[in-house]
Amino acid sequence: MSYNSMDIGAFKDVWVFCEQREGKLMPTDFELISEGRKLADELGVQLCGLLLGDGVECLCRELAGYGADKIILCEHPKLATYTTDAYAKVVCDAIREYKPEVFLIGASTIGRDLGPRCAARLHTGLCADCTHLDVGVGKYLEFLRENSTLDVAGMAVDENDRNLKMTRPAFGGHLMASIICPRFRPAMATVRPGVMRKAPFCEEKADAVEIVRAKVELSDADIQTEVVEVVKAARKIVDLVGAEYVVSVGRGIGKNTELGLRLAEELAAELGGVVGGSRAVIDSGWLSADHQVGQTGKTVHPKVYVALGISGAIQHKAGMQDSECVIAVNKNPNAPIFEIADYGICGDLFKVTPMLTEAIRKLRGEKARTVLACD
Amino acid sequence: MKIIVCVKQVPDTSGKVAVNPDGTLNRASMPTITNPDDMNAVEAALKLKDETGCKVIVISMGPAPAAKMLRELIAMGADEGVLVSGREFGGSDTYATSQILAAAIHKIGLDKDDIVLCGRQAIDGDTAQVGPQIAEKLGIPQVTYCAELKKTGGTLTVRRMLEDGYMTVKVKTPCLITCIKELNAPRYMSVAGIFECNQKSVAVFDYEALKDEPLIDATTIGLKGSPTNIFKSFTPPPKGVGMMLEGADKADCEKLAGMLAAKHII
Repeated sequence: MSYNSMDIGAFKDVWVFCEQREGKLMPTDFELISEGRKLADELGVQLCGLLLGDGVECLCRELAGYGADKIILCEHPKLATYTTDAYAKVVCDAIREYKPEVFLIGASTIGRDLGPRCAARLHTGLCADCTHLDVGVGKYLEFLRENSTLDVAGMAVDENDRNLKMTRPAFGGHLMASIICPRFRPAMATVRPGVMRKAPFCEEKADAVEIVRAKVELSDADIQTEVVEVVKAARKIVDLVGAEYVVSVGRGIGKNTELGLRLAEELAAELGGVVGGSRAVIDSGWLSADHQVGQTGKTVHPKVYVALGISGAIQHKAGMQDSECVIAVNKNPNAPIFEIADYGICGDLFKVTPMLTEAIRKLRGEKARTVLACD
Repeated sequence: MKIIVCVKQVPDTSGKVAVNPDGTLNRASMPTITNPDDMNAVEAALKLKDETGCKVIVISMGPAPAAKMLRELIAMGADEGVLVSGREFGGSDTYATSQILAAAIHKIGLDKDDIVLCGRQAIDGDTAQVGPQIAEKLGIPQVTYCAELKKTGGTLTVRRMLEDGYMTVKVKTPCLITCIKELNAPRYMSVAGIFECNQKSVAVFDYEALKDEPLIDATTIGLKGSPTNIFKSFTPPPKGVGMMLEGADKADCEKLAGMLAAKHII
């Protein structure tokens, strides 16, 4: 029997691993803190952020403003830059000492490196890339009622089940699975960036932050990898995940990629959004990889997602199907993208896009004039 | 020096994914392929073999038909295949899977200058967990998301990708590296390789073969040894049919803009 299955009742609180890079918090931290707040309230426990770094105390207040009661702060010069060895040791030491019940990590390239290493060391379960989390059975059933084809009414469930139900898509969203970790603690989950909604910032909550300085023990022998350099991509980073409007292009721009991209950029500029692309576009080198939407790219849930010349393979849909409104323009009336589109236009994107941009511009111009007239 | 590459046979999800009425995946309806990221790991191993003449062993946990995949990898240039297969291993989650694979690698033996390569993630589970968990169970360092790999003596220099750039990491062997598609373009099987692959050995490690390994214990493998369990699996409901605008002309675009404005979407 491993140490953490003997008395799972000894494990309390919800923890969020707060990832920082070069002293700056990641957007996922706020999403996870906001989500963690809900889970902690349901369980009636505290929400703690676990922050590792060097000289990062100044970030604690910001984290608390989004809902953390307490920040467990682990500072050490060897934690300034991420290494699996140092981070895994400090995280596991802290978990063994304070015993959290739930531990959430953002599914960034770093979170997905750290999570499994820690879960294997602690002998506990880890669910990857979750898109929905529940504790209460009632709330979970409500979620199933809206998001599944299961017969919820006829389902036998244990009302007192306090296990974290970690729901994640498999096979590009064609199948969903809710995973539990009933016998071991903490129940660990990496959470897909861009899926959980950020709560509003609360000044009072931020001022009330409690900081717990954890003891950090690290020696040279603990670290077997050496980070020689960290290089930021020179190009501008596209904030696809945070954008409210995304105009994406697919293979359909192949006839004239330059014009296709320009038309997409014009529409995005009119809407105040950014340009994304399908994997075909990225693989062809028409757009850089940070523009990619889909299973192996970024997951987005903007207010409006415009798919120009995208067929709608499941791998692409996996990254955008939760958008509030999907508009698809495609020459092929049988393109699968129309199955999930709220509005579909079957036509040539090179003709339709400029007309759509113009129509929106005209309408916005009229709106602006009406407002002025009222003044 | 040898390189052990962990590979998985997966359903090809690039075609149509079929789901049974009960909400489980209809695997029979889909062709199987070698997981794409694992192919990059195999290619990385074969490149190092071209340079150094080292031995390459491909290892996979799965049902008996996965042996065919191992033979294909031998036809590409791998030297040996090991199939880890047994009823006792079925239903394993990533923790149990990595436990079993680590035990199999331990049985093969990991020397000071050896390397273990994995793909970043498998396209059926998409967890990206097994690689790091094997590394932890073997007590060796890991570097994930490898897009460039150089070996100088006992040190590997890895370009490790991040969302917004990359880091260069140095790590000593033995170590485990997970590979991504940016690393290389996998080679084809050679004709000679296809002829020879049937003569080469694919060893089968079943429960009997591994049961004395320190990592193998009935409580840490298979369905019973998995910390995570599936609580419910389900298919999402089909989304309601959207509105198609037929003309694809100016009037349509204006109508659409009007509807978006009316719903306060723009």
